[in-house]
This record gives sequence, C-alpha cells and structure tokens, in this order.
Amino acid sequence: MSLGTADGLELAGRLRAGDLSAAPAVLNLLESRAPAAGEQAAALLSGVSPAALGGEAPGHVVGVTGPPGVGKSSLLSALLREWRARQRTVAVLAVDPTSRRSGGALLGDRARIDAAPGDRGVFIRSTAAGGRLGGLAPATRAAAAALAAAFDVVVIETVGVGQSETEVADVADTVAVVVQPGSGDVLQFLKAGIMEIPDVLVVTKADLGRIATRAQADLTAALRSLGADRTPVLAVSALPPGAGIGELVEALDAHRAALDLPARRLHARRRHALADFAAEHGERGLRALGGRRAAERWLAEQDPALDVPALVSGLEQRAGVR
Amino acid sequence: MADRPSPRLPERDRPWLMRTYAGHSDARRSNELYRRNLEKGQTGLSIAFDLPTQTGYDPDHELARGEVGKVGVSIAHRGDMRTLLDQIPLGEMNTSMTINATAAWLLALYIVTAEEQGVDQKQLQGTTQNDILKEYLSRGTYAFPPGPSMRLIADTIAYTVTHIPRWNPINICSYHLQEAGATPVQEIAFTMSNAIAVLDAVRQRVPQELMGSVFGRISFFVNAGVRFIEEHAKLRAMAILWDELGRERYAVQEDKQRRFRYGVQVNSLGLTEAQPENNVYRIALEALAVTLGRSVRARAVQLPAWNEALGLPRPWDQQWSLRLQQILAYETDLLEYPDIFEGSKVMEGLVAELLAGAREEMQRVAELGGAVEAVDYMKAALVESHRERWRRIEAGEQVVVGMNRFTSTEPSPLTAGADGGVLRVDPQVEAEQREALARWRAERDQAAVERALGELARVARAEHENIMPATIAAARAGATTGEWAQTLREVFGEYRAPTGVAEAAALSSQQVDELREEVERLSEALGRRLKFLVGKPGLDGHSNGAEQIAVRARDAGMDVVYEGIRLTPAQIANSAAQEGVHVVGLSILSGSHRELIPAVLEALRQTGVGEVPVVVGGIIPESDAEALREAGVAAVYTPKDWDLNRMMHDIVALVAERHGIAAPA
Repeated sequence: MSLGTADGLELAGRLRAGDLSAAPAVLNLLESRAPAAGEQAAALLSGVSPAALGGEAPGHVVGVTGPPGVGKSSLLSALLREWRARQRTVAVLAVDPTSRRSGGALLGDRARIDAAPGDRGVFIRSTAAGGRLGGLAPATRAAAAALAAAFDVVVIETVGVGQSETEVADVADTVAVVVQPGSGDVLQFLKAGIMEIPDVLVVTKADLGRIATRAQADLTAALRSLGADRTPVLAVSALPPGAGIGELVEALDAHRAALDLPARRLHARRRHALADFAAEHGERGLRALGGRRAAERWLAEQDPALDVPALVSGLEQRAGVR
Repeated sequence: MADRPSPRLPERDRPWLMRTYAGHSDARRSNELYRRNLEKGQTGLSIAFDLPTQTGYDPDHELARGEVGKVGVSIAHRGDMRTLLDQIPLGEMNTSMTINATAAWLLALYIVTAEEQGVDQKQLQGTTQNDILKEYLSRGTYAFPPGPSMRLIADTIAYTVTHIPRWNPINICSYHLQEAGATPVQEIAFTMSNAIAVLDAVRQRVPQELMGSVFGRISFFVNAGVRFIEEHAKLRAMAILWDELGRERYAVQEDKQRRFRYGVQVNSLGLTEAQPENNVYRIALEALAVTLGRSVRARAVQLPAWNEALGLPRPWDQQWSLRLQQILAYETDLLEYPDIFEGSKVMEGLVAELLAGAREEMQRVAELGGAVEAVDYMKAALVESHRERWRRIEAGEQVVVGMNRFTSTEPSPLTAGADGGVLRVDPQVEAEQREALARWRAERDQAAVERALGELARVARAEHENIMPATIAAARAGATTGEWAQTLREVFGEYRAPTGVAEAAALSSQQVDELREEVERLSEALGRRLKFLVGKPGLDGHSNGAEQIAVRARDAGMDVVYEGIRLTPAQIANSAAQEGVHVVGLSILSGSHRELIPAVLEALRQTGVGEVPVVVGGIIPESDAEALREAGVAAVYTPKDWDLNRMMHDIVALVAERHGIAAPA
C-alpha cells in the first residue's frame, strides 16, 4: 500500500519487465476512484496495451465460474498447484459473491484457496462483486488486462450460473464453468439457452464415481445436441491425491491455442470500454451516443490497437460529455 | 396418622467428581501441579493440552511458534506422558483429557503409560473429549476433514467399548456452542444432532449388539450460564431427548444405558474483565445450574477461575474455584435431597418450551442431511446468535454488571500484584521442549518408528480397519504427536472449517449509521473502500471474537478480508500486501501474543507493508499491552473494550491519521 498516488507508467514498466511484485500496487491503483488515480490508471493501461507491448499481453486470462458450493476453491487450489508445478506464475482475481448490503463486504474466498504464502509466483486478490451475483467488480477487467502482461495465467473467479458467464466471457480468453454431479439446473440452463456455452465444462467431485461419470455423460450429450461438440467436459477431483487436474490444464491450453486471441481480446476491450462508459454516464450517456447498438458500431470501426481508456475517452467526446 | 415420608434421601449422595482444567508448560511442571491439586482434595484429573498437541504439531513446527506450553501442557511422545503422570496411579485415577483431533493418539499414549506402570487398560477410567464437530463450529482445533475425523471418533469408540469398558470415549460438547453464542435451544439441538451423527457413524463400525454399550458410554460436556434456572431446564430437556433417542433410534433396551451423563465447565463467555472479582459470584450461580436438581446432576464439575478474562489462572486462582465446589458439596445440604424440581410447574413448563424449540431445530439439521452436512448452517446460526447477544449488551438490553451497568468501581486489590493477577508461562519452555524433542528423536529406534508409521498409513487407507492398534503401536515405538498427525494428514488431507461470517445478517442501519458515514467519507478520501484484514495468528481456534469484529466492520461499510484461524505471520503479511489493506486486526486468546504479534509486525516489514497499522485484540494483560504498543502495535483491545462501534470508530480514525486525512468530525 502506498500512501500517495502510484505512478502508472512506472507500474506498467515493472509489469512489462515481469516484476510480479508490482501486482498489489497495480490493483490499488486500478481500484481507486480518486481523480488523480484516473489519469495514472490510464497511463498504466496504455503502458500494457497491445501497442506498447507490440502484441497482445502474453498471459492466459481464464474465467472460472459456477454456482456456490461446487468446489471452485478446492479446484482452484489444485489448479494452482498444477500450474506452479509447470513453472507458470498465476494471479487470481477472486470476485466474492458477498453482497454489499451495508456498503461493506466480507471477502472470504482467499481463505478457501490454498496457496503457499512464501510463493512469489502466486498473487491472490479478492474484491466484492458490487451488488450483482456473478457481476464483476469495476476494476477486475482492467486488472486482468494489466496482469496478463506479467503473469502466465490470470484467473478470474466468479460465482453464479446463468447470466454471469457472459460478463466473465467478455474479459476472459477461456471460460471454464464448474458444476458438481447431480446439478440438473446447469443441464436445463444449457438446453434452454439461458446459459451460454462455455469453453470448458468441469464436473467436480469425480471421487463420487458413478454419479460424476453420469453427469459428465449427460452434459456431453446435451452439448452435442446443441451442436457444441467441441466443448470438452472434464471430470476432476480436487481432493488429494486429485484426478483430472493435469487434463484440465491441458484442455484450457488447447482452447487458448485454437483461439483467435487478438480478435477475442479486441472484442473484450470494446465491451469493456462500453461498460465503463455506461457505468460512468448511464443511460443518458448511451442515448447521447445514439443508443448501445450505435456505440457498438462506432467502437467496431476504431483502431484495434487502442486501449480501453482511449476508447472510453473517444466515446465521451462523441457523446459530448467531456 | 401415618408418618409423613421424609423429604430427605435415606443417605447423603456422593459428590460429583471434582476437577480443575489444568496443565501448562511441560510435563514435569504440570505433574507437580496435578499432585498438588490432588492433595487439595481434587478427585479427578482434567488435562489441558497446549495447542500444538491438540492440533497435531510437534513443538518444533512453524505453526507451534509461541504456542508451546501456553494454554496447556506440551505432550510430544510417550516420554512426556510418562513424566506427566509420574506417581499418579492410573488404575485408580479418573482422567479427563480435552483432546479432539488427536484424541486417538493421546489415548494411545495414556494406554502405553498405564502399561509402563503395570496397569492393564481394562482398569482405566476417564474421558477423551473427541468431539470434532464442535471444533469446526467453535473451538478450532481440528486437523482432518469431516469424513476421516468421524472415522477416527468411531474407531476410538469401537476400541474402548471392547478394550477399556469404563472409558468415556467421547464427550459430546455443548459447552463450546454456548461459548460461540448458542441460545439454549440451539445448544440442545446442535448437540443432540451432533450425537446422532457420531452414533450413526459408529453404527457402521460396530455390531448392533454392542450399540447398547456404545450408547451407554457416550457422555456430554455441557455449559451453564448465569441464567441458572433456564440452564437447569436445558439439562432436563437434554436428558429427555437422549433417553428418547436411545429408545427410538438406536433400540437401546437398558434404562441405565440411556441415562444422560455429563461433565461440566461453567460459562467463560459471561466472565468479565471489568471488576473481575464479580466473576466469583457468577461462577457460583452457574455451578447451581448443574448441581441443584438431582436427576440431572453433573457427574464431574470443573469451574473456571475468576480471572480467565484477564489471562491464564495461577494455581491459587484454581484452588479458589475448587474450594467453591467443596463448599457446595460438603458444607451445604445440597446432597441430602431427592430432585427438588420434581413436580415444579415452572420447571416443567420451561423444559417443554425448550424441547419444542429444540425438536424443531433438530428437524432442520436433519433435513440438511445431519450434523456433518449442516456444519455451515450451524456455524452461521451461531455467529448470528452471538451477534444478537452482543447487540443486546451494547444496547443495554442485557445487563452485565460492572461492564455495561454499575460500572463505577474502586481499584481491585486482586489485580494489584506484580504479576497482574495472572500466570505467566516461562518463555524458555518452548526452547526447552524443542531441545528435549531433538534428544528424544536421537535416542529412539528410528527404524521401528518408521515401520510403525508405515503401518499406521496403511491402516488409515484401509477404511474398514480400526486405527487404534496401529496408533498404540506407534506410541510404543516412540513416534511423536506431529509424526502421527502428519502421517494421517497425508492420507486424509487437511481441512478449513467454514467461518460462518458471510451469512451473518446485517445490523439494522440506525446502529451503525454514523459509522457508515465515517467509513464512506474516509473511503472517498482514500480513493477506494477502506479495507480491513482480520486474522488469527497461531494455533488458537477461538474465533468467536474475530468473527464478530469482521461482521461489524462489514456492517460499518468496510471491505473485510477474513481469513479465519491458524495463520502464520508470513501468511498474514502476504495477504495484507496482496489485498492492499489499510489496516490489520489480529486476535489472540491463547497467551502467545508476546511472541506472535512482534513476528507479524516483522513479517509485514519484510513484505514491504510495514506502514500498515496493526491493531490487536484478545486476552492481553496491561503490562503486555504496553510492550506491544512499544513494538509498534497501534492499539490493543481487551474484553473490557466491548463496544464494537467504538472500536470501529477508532480504526477509522487511525487509518485517517496515517494517511494524513483530516479526522472525521
């Protein structure tokens, strides 16, 4: 924690150099709503933009989402061990489901994720969801983009099923939806189209044996009937000794390898910019742009190398709110 | 006219077993204490183990730092147990051991020590607490996940029923639930649900014809608060439910086997730091709750000392509590009558009311799949009850004399001594224990130990074998507490219990309105929401206080990172840095603050966040508080700082000051 406002350019430089110890200060800055912080945050993001990096940030942004109680934290603990064993550095942005009834929030996720405290290759930060189940905290998108410049893997963990993956999908390169055996609602959501088709489906508690195998078979069949036969369905057990975790890491890697990363990231940046603009200026701002559709069309015409703050200020100029 | 029947018993009753929960430092010092206590008329032993022993770590483990010999005695192997019980004839003694996660191991050490004394295990009498669910809910000295833990319990029960017939293999505890804030109804219901979970697990591992003896050996460890009439009714309600359970669920035929047997330690939660002498009255009244009515009189009683909210009691403080038991048993006429509440309409009514509430709550736990599955639900319910209790005290709706009412006082001569009226454990003990352990390891037959631990691991994996014989063999071979537990951790895995805080309901807004304003203004000035890390360093599992602080801070509008119990200084510092918190709050009740707090401060500095202010709460004598402030702690809170809103206000002011922000008006 720094008592003054951090220097965004300096932080970007540290991230570009792979200095993982910059992560806490990066988050402090991106979470800050102080006027002075806004400029520094913009400097930071432009310093890790594709233009500055000469390409997309190398880190793999993975969304891990699912209903409460399916064992996401145990799964993350096991994934962390596996990624670390493969010498990859990992940042986890845990978006806590706790509501902000009082403005405050109890962030308990960290306690459930098991990581070696002395390991400098792992960074875990918890934030409050900000009201909506499965919603992202405002700084999370920016943080994911920035940390992907330095960490090999950036995980965004959210809670929920149904609408929530959409929001994660706007940020993550790969979205893994986690379910437990016997949770028929996911099957229903998929069939009814309430839930978008994830990049990877994970069935936890494979130690339950037949129930897990059956859930895996049901989900695979459901995906096939929806024409999504490329989405892998993996059964894993996060309890020691663990099973299927290595396969899951490989499935995530395979999805990323097959992905048109620049296109997905570009899409994410444009969605992100529009979300930030809407959060700041509301419906009135969107009307001034001629509506959401018109704004999306305008964004689609912009230079792909522009970072989010640049896109936002473009929108603001167009709307005449700046 | 026929003679009126005498209202008296034909013969005065025998008193209950009198114990003092005792043990500190090492085996030699504790042995001296036990022998002195027995000389004073204590009739049984109650062994307090230190936290490393309770959680399965050797004195040289990182997590044991600062905790060795603090809240009890450090027992690392059979040599320690032999010293602890030296010149105490185990064939005649009745020993209660407050031990849970590692109960099978400590029981094995006890059996091996008896062997060395030439006493057959058949003769042994005593109790292992061995109740893991309440560790998840309240006390925090668990080691393994629920499934394997229930198996260890079932194994010890199955073993003792056949090999140590007079042993109580489990003391199902309502005590700690009350300490965690349980209402009488919750205390009854959760305890009985817990008993059902244990019995159902045992039923899988012993033949049905043994279930009667199993049921008959289950005992309880209850609490009694100062509302002693209702507390007595609670015990009567528990006896009725227990009898019913035995008959209906487990088909126990013999009446004697369905009798509700319990030991008691009366309430510590209600003991105050303010005007601590008043606690003596509270303890006396609470003792009445468990002794007045003959039909549910306690089998064994241990009373806390008047100064428990100040620090560790000294031998004299414990003697004072023992004398209270002796006066009650030998001076008063208490033991001369049959049950004095027989036929009381008021008592009957109270019991009926509690029974109705408890049945309803037991039904809810059953619907969730039983006590093991319902741990999250029960934990959240307890945190919520505790929060409500605290709200009532703060609002003055519940009177605590000397604390929120009648607070003007003369200085107490009891705390005027140089020791501040509490026991101090020699800080050398930890180093001594570490050295002694190294010598033990060097002198034992290492190959034999490894063989024994290998066999233990095999049995642990073989789900249908009983863990006890391999455990006893490892104890004989000279294995240590940490080695036994580590072997099982490798097979069973580890576990973190739910914190229960996320579910706690928010406080009604008018109680925290002003605070929220302050937090909002400060957050605005800071640029992001005030973020507060609440953590418990060390092995102390008493998380009730930390949980209440976390919930209140959230209600006040802060972002609270609550990590629960058993954190190393490095973990706390790492979280503080990564989470970007503005302030760190640490809670310690085990007396290890003098070692652990400076270690956390140092770790924060090394992690580059030395400027984050640290506040500390716990049972901390004033002289220690001064030393902590000198070491760099921003504020120290003790039980006398019971106004949580004021504490939050202080924290806001502290962060504002550190950031050079004008203090909120």
